[in-house]
Amino acid sequence: MMIWLFAGLIGSLTAAGVYLTLRAQTFPVVLGLTLLSYAVNLFLFGMGRLNTNAAAVLGANATYTDPLPQALVLTAIVIAFAMTAFVIVLALFTRHTLGGDGVNGESSDRRDS
Amino acid sequence: MSLALPALHNLLAVPVLLPILAATVLIALPRRWLAAQRLISGLSVLGLLAATIALWLGDAGHSILVYPMGDWPAPFGIVWVYDPLAGLMLLLTATVALISLLYAIGSDTESQGAHFHALFQAQLFGLNGAFLTGDVFNLFVFFEVLLLASYGLMLHGGGAARGRAGLHYLIINLVGSTLFLFAVGALYGVLGTLNLADLAQRISTAPAEQYPLIAAASLMLFVVFAIKAAAFPLYLWLPATYAETSAPVAALFAIMTKVGLYAMLRVHGTLFAADTAPAALRDLLAPWWLWLGIATLIMATLGVWAAASLRRQIAYLVLTSVGTLLIALGLNSAAALTGGLYYWVQSTLLTAGFFLLADAIVRARGHDDWRVAAAIRPFAPLAILFFVYAVALVGLPPFSGFIGKALILKAALDSPLAPAIFATVLISSVLLVVALARSGSALFFQQQNCPPPAWALTRSSWLAIALPLGLMIGWVVAAGAITHALAQTSQQQLDTARYLRAVFEPTGFAPHTGAQP
Repeated sequence: MMIWLFAGLIGSLTAAGVYLTLRAQTFPVVLGLTLLSYAVNLFLFGMGRLNTNAAAVLGANATYTDPLPQALVLTAIVIAFAMTAFVIVLALFTRHTLGGDGVNGESSDRRDS
Repeated sequence: MSLALPALHNLLAVPVLLPILAATVLIALPRRWLAAQRLISGLSVLGLLAATIALWLGDAGHSILVYPMGDWPAPFGIVWVYDPLAGLMLLLTATVALISLLYAIGSDTESQGAHFHALFQAQLFGLNGAFLTGDVFNLFVFFEVLLLASYGLMLHGGGAARGRAGLHYLIINLVGSTLFLFAVGALYGVLGTLNLADLAQRISTAPAEQYPLIAAASLMLFVVFAIKAAAFPLYLWLPATYAETSAPVAALFAIMTKVGLYAMLRVHGTLFAADTAPAALRDLLAPWWLWLGIATLIMATLGVWAAASLRRQIAYLVLTSVGTLLIALGLNSAAALTGGLYYWVQSTLLTAGFFLLADAIVRARGHDDWRVAAAIRPFAPLAILFFVYAVALVGLPPFSGFIGKALILKAALDSPLAPAIFATVLISSVLLVVALARSGSALFFQQQNCPPPAWALTRSSWLAIALPLGLMIGWVVAAGAITHALAQTSQQQLDTARYLRAVFEPTGFAPHTGAQP
């Protein structure tokens, strides 16, 4: 049960991320990239197999969980965080210099939400 | 072995540690201390060049040097692996960095914004790390480092057009990074390791029901590298990015598409090597490389014809070299790889130099497109340089592009796709000659009577423009010896069993036991 919930969550986050990334305004694109990075973080985490009541420490418990994906997720979170900050700054910069929030710089009054 | 080996091993850390140290110091320096920034950045690049040359000469026996981080053995710790191919890339990166830095200092690009030198060194850190690492997740981290630095460098100097191109470049690469993580996660989930050699070993013994997952993860990884290499149909970000950024950065970016190609060669070449991978997975990528190469070459040639400005035209020339190299890699033989590596080095150097020359020509004309401008001054040096660069890049004899393409085509004779490869490469070469001849006549022979813009290049800028041509001439003169050395390199690259042995049984390097005979 948990595994289907988990897989469905990753799938819907990815689908929403892909949809938003294909939008023509910078703000939805940034949101889409963020959702994609959430999805990939959960996916990486799941690749260590889902366990309950298992510490990521050898010998402390009869069962243990794989610590490596957790380290990978940590790295990925830090990098995605920095990249999101950067893309927001750049989106604001182009919003100012190009006078619009379209990814090609043209202004758009269209409301997509 | 010998006492020299540990020293050589420690030298292996220099190409990665030196730039990051320099970058750390450079960030702390105030912006007005330009002379100090130049000094540190220049010393770092020269040190890099010296270290990579020393590694290349010290490793004359073409051994594979393995540097286990923190002395953790191969599958558990992260290893750096230096083999002749990585050595060649390090050497090429240091050379391109020197050319780019000379021009950046000479043309005053560095002072158009803050932290040019720090970003430049961070970029070199990422590039060298990506070339040296033997671990797929470590490769991801170094890719992020080099990309983050490249975003900053690409936007250096600011401006609306640059911002727009930078936004596209950033977004496509962020999507690529996400895809990279999905692929790495899937590989780890199936195979339980991220070390390149260990992955190759486990693929060779993997049960057949895992093949579809391995294939899916590897093809996702291939898409990521194809974005970096700007292969068809994922090349659309490249022309605007390279054309809009400042000239020294575009020159440095000449190595960036090659990182994608190198990662394909390193990762997919190792995972699906002919000598270790199971037969069902061996030909996973074979149908893709050649056709993608042919398609990239065709689209890039059309792009050179259609380009609305000189710098965009050169960006498409970068793409033609990507297409040619994809064909060489796709042929997947030692002979093709030898020709490919020969072409690889000279095309990187020449496109880097051509971007710098284009900057000089644009300054001399006052604008970047084909509109008629004032007569170019100084006419002779710029026209001669343009002619030589164009002819050498397109690949007419007696220059190096010709030898590279001839070697690749000779290796393609045995391929079932030989007719398509020959037709594409030869027709594209002819079309490129015509397109560049047209550009040359538009740039140099159509002029109107108006005062030319005041501009000047410093001596170090001229040196940066001329240096790639000098190296290219050396590359032609010593072609016999070089192809001989590259043949050894490519044979070694295809010998994955040897790579696996080197990673799992690092001989001659035992810092703590020290008892190796």
